[in-house]
Amino acid sequence: MKEFAALYTALDQTTRTSAKTAALAAYFASAPEADRLWTVALLSGRRPRRSITTSRLRLWAAERAGIPTWLFETCYPVVGDLSETIALILPPPQTRIEASLSDWIADLRALDGADDAKRRDFVLRAWDGLDPTQRFIFNKLITGGWRMGVSQKLMTRALAQATGIDEAELTHRLMGDWSPDTTTWQGLIAAPDPQAALSRPYPFALAHQLDLAPDALGPVTDWLAEDKWDGIRGQLIRRGGSHHLWSRGEELMTDRFPELATLAQALPDGTVIDGEVLAWDHRAAHPLAFARLQPRIARKSVPARLLAEAPVIMMAYDLLEWEGRDLRAQPFAQRRAGLAQLLGGLADGVALRLSPALGAPDWAGLATLRAQARARGAEGLMLKRLDAPYRMGRHRGDMWKWKLDPLTIDAVMIYAQAGSGRRATLYTDFTFAVRDGAGFVPFAKAYSGLSDAEFRAITAWVRQHTTDRFGPVRAVRPELVFEIAFEGIQASPRHKSGVALRFPRMARWRRDKPVAEVASLDDLKAMLAQYG
Amino acid sequence: MVLEFREAGIYCPAADAYIDPWRPVARALITHGHSDHARAGHGSYLATRAAAPVMRHRLGDIRLATLPYGEVLRIGDARVSFHPAGHVPGSAQIRIEVAGEVWVVSGDYKTVADGLSEAFEPVACHAFISECTFGLPIYDWPSEAVLAQQINGWWAETRARGQTAVLGVYALGKAQRVLRLLDPGIGPILTHGAIEATNAVLRGQGIALPDTVAVAPGLDLAACRGAMVLAPPSALGSAWMRRFGPVSTGIASGWMQLRGVRRRRGADRGFVMSDHADWAGLNAAIAATGAERVFVTHGYTAPFARWLGEQGYEAGIVATEFGGEALDLPEVEPDPDRDTRNDTDPPLAARQSAP
Ligand SMILES: [Zn+2]
Ligand SMILES: [Zn+2]
Repeated sequence: MKEFAALYTALDQTTRTSAKTAALAAYFASAPEADRLWTVALLSGRRPRRSITTSRLRLWAAERAGIPTWLFETCYPVVGDLSETIALILPPPQTRIEASLSDWIADLRALDGADDAKRRDFVLRAWDGLDPTQRFIFNKLITGGWRMGVSQKLMTRALAQATGIDEAELTHRLMGDWSPDTTTWQGLIAAPDPQAALSRPYPFALAHQLDLAPDALGPVTDWLAEDKWDGIRGQLIRRGGSHHLWSRGEELMTDRFPELATLAQALPDGTVIDGEVLAWDHRAAHPLAFARLQPRIARKSVPARLLAEAPVIMMAYDLLEWEGRDLRAQPFAQRRAGLAQLLGGLADGVALRLSPALGAPDWAGLATLRAQARARGAEGLMLKRLDAPYRMGRHRGDMWKWKLDPLTIDAVMIYAQAGSGRRATLYTDFTFAVRDGAGFVPFAKAYSGLSDAEFRAITAWVRQHTTDRFGPVRAVRPELVFEIAFEGIQASPRHKSGVALRFPRMARWRRDKPVAEVASLDDLKAMLAQYG
Repeated sequence: MVLEFREAGIYCPAADAYIDPWRPVARALITHGHSDHARAGHGSYLATRAAAPVMRHRLGDIRLATLPYGEVLRIGDARVSFHPAGHVPGSAQIRIEVAGEVWVVSGDYKTVADGLSEAFEPVACHAFISECTFGLPIYDWPSEAVLAQQINGWWAETRARGQTAVLGVYALGKAQRVLRLLDPGIGPILTHGAIEATNAVLRGQGIALPDTVAVAPGLDLAACRGAMVLAPPSALGSAWMRRFGPVSTGIASGWMQLRGVRRRRGADRGFVMSDHADWAGLNAAIAATGAERVFVTHGYTAPFARWLGEQGYEAGIVATEFGGEALDLPEVEPDPDRDTRNDTDPPLAARQSAP
């Protein structure tokens, strides 16, 4: 594990991207192939299955360090990371075990089915034979949650440097559901097997938020406008007689949406469609609220009741492959025409619709259509350049999100909780309330939108204004006012306030506003009536 | 009780004196010169001989008497003496004996020798009042040799890239300790004005330090590319830094033990170096006193007192105002920024960092 630990240290000791890329490239050029493959897997979020529970790890670590478990549990939130806490409290190593990253992973997986005593023995021996950095890595192999400050993009760039393979091509090879068990360095990266590529999605093209006036984009005729649908972005692949549905997070969702199976069968082999999975009201021909889709995301298999309550369709955006040919280099107008033709030939009632083009003679006309997007169940518009190829990632100028301004409401903070990871030492997770008669009623939780400096100031304030504690949560004096922004509002009998917000976040800390000026429950209900 | 815990600080009725008081009192016994322990406004001060120059430098014209380490002074019915605490040059634990009962106030302390401060000496006592800034088992300091290797290695790499290394350290203690670890063969060593002023005071009392160049108007900075610059942590990222061109920044502090704090501080490198005892140091120091009663202050007091209680001590918590922080730490660690206030000299720092 020495090479991997050295890589980890090098990455941890720099904030410069160029230094990180160089360290990774050097590692990919020199480390054993099995270790390289595992490193690619770990850095792209593929971790080995957990073979030991974290509660066991905590117990054994406290025992080995000779401290009571309450003291361990005091240390953990201070450090903010379980693997690091364990690495820090253990006594210095007594031996030195030389084993590679992939050896350690293999040993850990061999524990599947072993009894508790055997697992404990293995873990204690490992801790005793590794230095603190290696221990930290070993613990991470068990607990998962890698955060080495390396994005998948940066990793792919380093891999391209080390192998001489084109970055875009590598990104494509790394997509899909491979794991170091099902492939090898050769098979995945150096000389990929075409059979394995059958289920592999293309890297998604993503849009930037429009940050300029739309007329700066040139003539409106260069663009195609569509609604910005609020569902799950997905890629439907029909190849080799079967179909696959991938999320943007490269999660395979095929079994969650059985409605799409009949659709996929209607498509010829060698077809790939980019689109949005939406819960759909077939009678009204209108999307259902995103909240209705959520229970379907949560479960791997779908009971009939849910299928009836929240049927899905795919709103098609783009045609990436047709008759086995990769169309991504074609201009969007041509791909879209192909898509329209394909959909036109499908039988009625299949769960696939073409995302409608919204036409207007000028930008002002499109702005009017955008202002009406909520009524169509959309969050705003998408602007797509008609002559753009389908490029992976966010490519400025190809595609823009032109979202509606969020809804906002002023609210008061009533509970605070420490964050996790990098922000474990700050209070960052807050619960907000609106006025209800003489009291307050909570209606939203949010944890993003402020700077670290603001979180630090609020953390100091929370410590001084705590009125009660419930485990890690502190009740605070209702004094700090925030502007809460959100994308949508729905009725929710599960919540005390009777509403649920979509994507709530803190737009601003309103230091200028006294608590007397926060909104009331009636204001919230009025918003529900208007936008819900 | 030999000592009582009062609003103004730790009080000894037999001597009618306070130890490191945080409100103005008539007679103050001072453990060391950091500004959260040696405050302005007392009627008279008593400190070690080695602590006196820094205190005069920081507090100006005060009524200050000094006592060599180990020498006993009778004040009222109390026998008072100072013993090395190993924290910074001149720092002391204060031993107070009244009618055969001995109490010791640790002040801030560090058990491992740093080659600069007078080495910590355990003092046998009945009751020990111990700081516990780093009183959790996650704190475990590397040796001076490892630190020297890490810091010099970083400096050499930074210089090889054509950049200047800027290390954030407190003006009294940490800065001089780093100076003695640095390898002057690598390049020139520059100092921020707040640090150079403290260096001058310590050199004046016979403490040997390597040559340093104060960063001042007129200094040819182009010729200093690749230097090591020592500056107070508050200067990192400030306008003052711009003059050095491309830099790599580091912070030397016990808080750097934690990855989350390292990343939050946004420095390129963090070195785990503290003027306080780590977990093992605290436990060893307390055991070495032979005390049955231990009062803890300054840091993770609640868990540390509980731990000591389980080890068979009669343990309590003293609410103090050292470091200016609330004793409210179980879930959230103390803000590392607060130590900046302890150790930088405000008037000087302000003057020097003005553009
Ligand atoms: Zn101090
Ligand atoms: Zn202190």
